[in-house]
This record gives sequence, C-alpha cells and structure tokens, in this order.
Amino acid sequence: MKLSAKIATTIAASAVAVAQVASAGTLDDVKARGELKCGVSGGVPGFSAPDDAGRMQGIDAAVCDAIAAAVLGDASKVTFIPLTAKERFTALASGEVDVLSRNTTHTLTREASLGLNFTYYNYIDGQGFMVMKDSGIKSTLELDGASICVQAGTTTELNMADYFRNNNMSFTPVGYETSTQTREGFEGGACDVLTSDKSQLAALSTEMKVGPEGVTILPETISKEPLGPVVRQGDDQWMDIVAMTLYALINAEELGITSGNIDKLKANPGNPNVARLVGTEGNMGELLGLGADWSYNAIKQVGNYGEIYERTVAKIGIPRAGSVNDLWTRGGILYAPPIR
Amino acid sequence: MTERARVPLHRDPKFRALVFQILALGFVVYGFYSLFQTTVDNLVARGIQTGTSFFDEVAPFQIGFSPFFDYKLGESTYIDVFFVGIQNTILVAVLGIIAATILGFFIGVIRLSPNWLVSRGALAYIEIFRNVPLLLQIMFWNFAIFLPSLPAPKNSIEMGSFYLNARGFHTPLPVVDDSTGFTIWIAMLVILCAGLVVFARRAKARFEETGEQLPIGWISLGVIFGGGYLLYLIAGSPLVFDEPVLGRFNFKGGGQLPLPLFSLWFALTLYTAAFIAENVRAGIQAVSQGQNEAAHALGLSRKDTVRLITIPQALRVIIPPTISQYLNLTKNSSLAVAVGYEELVAVWAGITLNQTGQALVIIGMTVAVYECLSLFTSFVLNWYNKRIQLTER
Repeated sequence: MKLSAKIATTIAASAVAVAQVASAGTLDDVKARGELKCGVSGGVPGFSAPDDAGRMQGIDAAVCDAIAAAVLGDASKVTFIPLTAKERFTALASGEVDVLSRNTTHTLTREASLGLNFTYYNYIDGQGFMVMKDSGIKSTLELDGASICVQAGTTTELNMADYFRNNNMSFTPVGYETSTQTREGFEGGACDVLTSDKSQLAALSTEMKVGPEGVTILPETISKEPLGPVVRQGDDQWMDIVAMTLYALINAEELGITSGNIDKLKANPGNPNVARLVGTEGNMGELLGLGADWSYNAIKQVGNYGEIYERTVAKIGIPRAGSVNDLWTRGGILYAPPIR
Repeated sequence: MTERARVPLHRDPKFRALVFQILALGFVVYGFYSLFQTTVDNLVARGIQTGTSFFDEVAPFQIGFSPFFDYKLGESTYIDVFFVGIQNTILVAVLGIIAATILGFFIGVIRLSPNWLVSRGALAYIEIFRNVPLLLQIMFWNFAIFLPSLPAPKNSIEMGSFYLNARGFHTPLPVVDDSTGFTIWIAMLVILCAGLVVFARRAKARFEETGEQLPIGWISLGVIFGGGYLLYLIAGSPLVFDEPVLGRFNFKGGGQLPLPLFSLWFALTLYTAAFIAENVRAGIQAVSQGQNEAAHALGLSRKDTVRLITIPQALRVIIPPTISQYLNLTKNSSLAVAVGYEELVAVWAGITLNQTGQALVIIGMTVAVYECLSLFTSFVLNWYNKRIQLTER
C-alpha cells in the first residue's frame, strides 16, 4: 500500500515536471546548458552526415554551427541528434531539440497544426525521380506501373501520389524508414525508381555501387521543397535568432564578407552595412538578446552562405551558379532582409 | 460486540487498511488525471490540434499491398488506412504463427533425436536464431539474402505459371467464372463433408464396439480431394485462373506475395520457431519415462504411445509458454517498417502520424489494437489449454 502511494506521488510529481518543460525561453535554456541541441537527418551527404572524424558536416549541420556561434560564441558547442522523418516533429515539440535543421519542407499543414514555426530556407529543392541508367527511361511520364522506393511519412510520398494521380498513372510504393534503406532497396531491385528531393538523389547516387554514372535523374521536378530550420511555436525571440543568423550568413555573402577577410573588415569596415554585420556599429546583437559579436562569430567560424554551400552541397555534385539557390543579385531567389 | 465498537477508528486495522487503499487509489487516479490534463493543456498552449476529425479525410498517399480491402488513392480515407494496417498486421501474424508452430514442433522433436548429428543440428539452429536480434535478422534476410539473390522481374525464375523475382512471388489466382456452377460446387462440397462427418461417427462407434480401426484421416483426405475435384468437373469447372503477366515493370494480375511480407514472415518464423522448439522439447521431457513404459506394458504401439500418451501430456506444458511466443510474434511484426511491409505501425503510427501530427490519438489506437489482438490470442489459447487440462484425472 505504502509503495503504491509512493508510486502515485511520483506520477503526480512527474506530471508537474512535464508541465514545467512547456515554458518558453529557449535562449536561456541554451545559454544555461552551454550547448545547442540540434535535430538533423544524420545520413544525407551534403546536408548532414558525419565525416571521418565523426563531426556532423553539411549545409543543415552548418546552420546549427552558426546558431551555436551566434548564441554561445563557439560553433563547436552543438550536440547533433539524428532524427528520422517520423521522429523529427515530436522531438522538436517535446523539447528534445532546440532547433530542427533536417531538410524539412515548409508546408501549411505543418506550420498550422504541428505547433512549430518555419524560419527561412537554407536550401530550395524540388522532388525528382532516379532510375537505373540501363532501364532506358527518359521521362517520369514513362513510369506508369512502376514500383517506387520512398521514405515513408514525407511530403515526397504525398507529391508522388498527387503526381501519378494527376497523370492517370498507377504505381506501387515501397516505403522505408530511412533514406539509406530506400537506397538499399533501390540497389537491390525492390523497386524500379527511387524518389526524393533532387539534392538527396544526387547525394544518394554517390553512395551507390554503380555510382552517379550508373543512374539517371529524370529531368522533371514535380514539387517545390523549400527546406529550412524549424523552431517551436510560442518562442518568438528564439525564432528571430534562428532566422536572423541564417539571414546574416546570406547577407555576408552579398556584402562579400567571408571567414577569411572578416577580421580585416572588422578593423576597417568602410561600408556601414558591413560594420553592422561585423558588430562595430549599431546594437543588432543586443536587440536579439545576444552579444554584439553574434554575427561576427557565426561568419568567422562557419563562413558565409556561399562558403558553406561550396564545401557541402557542391561536393555532392549540385552546382550553384544561376540556380534558385544563388543570391538574388545573381539570378537566384536567395533574398535576406537587411541587418539594420 | 460492544467492546469492539469501543476501539477508536484510527486503531482499527480494517478501517485503516480501507483508508490507505482509498488514499492510494485517489493518488493514482489524480496522477493519471493530472498527466492527461497537463498533456491536453500543453497541446493547446503549443497550438497542436488534437482530435479524431481527420479520420474521414482522404488519405493523400498510396498503399501498395492490401489483399482484402480495396484501397484506392484519392478515395480511401485515413480510417481506411487504419483498417488496412490492421489487416496486414493480422495477415503476417497468422501466417507467422502457423509456420512457426509447424517448424518449431519439428525442430523441438528432432532436438530429442537419438541421432547425434540431427539433435546437434537442431541445437545449433535454436542457439543461432534465438540469440541474434530480430531486427537484424529481418534486415539480413531482406537486404543481404533475398534482394541480391533474386532476379529483376524481366529475368524472373519461372515455375509453370508461378514466377519468383525481387518484387515477390507471383501466382495464378482462381476467379469465379460461372457463379451458378460455383454455388452448385460449394453445395455439393458441403454435402460431401456432412457425409464424412457421419462416416467418422459411425467408424468411431464401430471402434468402441469391436475395436476395429479404420484410417479415418486418410480416407477423409482422399475423399475431399478426389471427390472435390470430381464434383468440380461435374459442376462444369466454374473457376478460371487469373495468371500473372509481365508488364513494363512487373507482373500484373494474379496473386502476389510481396517480398517485404515474405522476408518478414520468413524471419519471424525462424526466430519464433527457435523459442517454440525449446517449449516443445521441455514439454516432451516433462512427461515421465514411466508413462512410456506403462504404455508399452499395455501393448500400445510406438505411434499410439506418442499420439495418445506423450503429446497430450506434453501439450499441457507446451501451450502456456507458447502463448507468449504467439503474442511476441504478433508484436514483433511491427519491425516491418525496416523492410517496407505496410502493417499497422508502418502505415498508421508511421505515415499517418507524420502526415497528420495526431500523435496522441494515433498512438493510443495503435496500442489498443495490439492490446486487443494479444488478449484475443491468449483468450483463444487459454480456452484450448483449459480444454486439454480437463483430460487430467
């Protein structure tokens, strides 16, 4: 009896503890912890995948590094938490991660019903299809009746269903839990086609036995996939910090600030826009609740958007020049509001 | 009486026990209530919508394998997905239970064989499959053995009208062609079976009277297959076979056993059979040697000794632990998502949860389904167990 009373008290106490987790103030939590908890995919080269030293590399991982640099002054103070497509939103909503930077597509349903907010985009993608080169298929419209490997529970799965229905074609989905399994299934012949965001198709093809030369990525792009970091709803200050850090990286590229020349520019900024971004003019950091050198740290330690792209996504064979992911000044659609 | 009533309430052990129990119950109920309330409050505070209104929304994704329900992209709703998931879970569980029981029984019996090689072979089987994690086994069979060794659809292994390839096993499927003929055939089959039941009763009565035995089992089997086929011809062959035909990508038409289902079934069977084999061995060894000797003394043949003495007594020991193995198999089928088989956890607690975000409702329903399946399985087997226990004197 006494034991059951003890258990009951414990349950009641844990209920109170659950209630306390719900408080806002992610910034204070991160500062107190001295570490940023970042949810990533962990298995997509170019976006987030561990390197030889076990350090997470990729454009998604770099966003987390930049946030840690801006908030804590040290880009290495990030704990990366690999999440499956299924786990990611629950992990964010429950506070398991502070920010979700896991090639996640911004959609109305997610924005409105999952209790989270999308900030800005670090990569703009679109869904495509990949087939073996020896199949001789040249267009997605030839795929009627095909078996298609897909990662279950993603927008990819929905786009594919819409596209095939719209074109009166039938297909058999073969849904796997992780993108690695979709590749294994595709290589083993469990399906004729692999579908995913085009950047992921390129990344996965580099890991295949036949290599990128043995496959064809079909020309059609069937969806819009704006991917970017996501935060919990109800913490506007934290949302601003994440969004502004990303904007700072993009603005840095636009203004020609790189990790290499930022120290020189800080000593002698000239352009007031540059001065604000390196922290010698104005009180930008203070307004966000951060130190004056927030953007300096992010750019110095992680590099500007262009530098990040070149060492991550470009490496998996997706050139940037003139694509949607280029700056607006160069024909792309990357457009960050001014830091002033 | 009066003296007892004078004991103050706080020193009355019965009353105190009652108070403490009520208090404990109150704490537990309050604990659960506040957990529930906190969850609801937090969901509201974070703007997460919860409820069952999404059941009737059209599910925006395709399901590849649904043998009994008709799932149609663009028409089927989320709740249909739920039922398709249950159907596929039950399908693999039933297939797995049947196969694991047969294989487990066989391995358990040969484990006790006097032949050294055979019994050691069974031991090796049991120790290997019991001690390797099941998820690893499922992925091993699917990704390391079946997928690389089976050919693409164009180079399928052909066995008459049966085809085997990396997508699965394709078979001809009987389809009713002439429905009146089919009804006549079924009616005649029912009459045939009724006749066999009467025959079996007569044979039993005769055995009890005279001791003369007839091989009822073999006769019935012969009559059902031979007579069934004869009647099929008399009814004018009312079935046609829908044969699988190679299309642009894969076979169309006919029946299909998809590779993910096969891999999962295969792995679950091998794994669970190892445990059932140990139950069978324990059960047989639990029957004392004296029983066998007594049977021999009575002049029973070796076959009859096993059938009438050993097995009925062994079953009492075998069945209770085997129930848990059946329940384990059912629950282990949720590992299917690793190989892309579309059972409940994959399509409902996976895809649907991720598309709607209704974690509370969906996980709750999934838990309830497994709870019901497990309770139903143990109910049926406990009933069977009780029935065979009654034979004890």
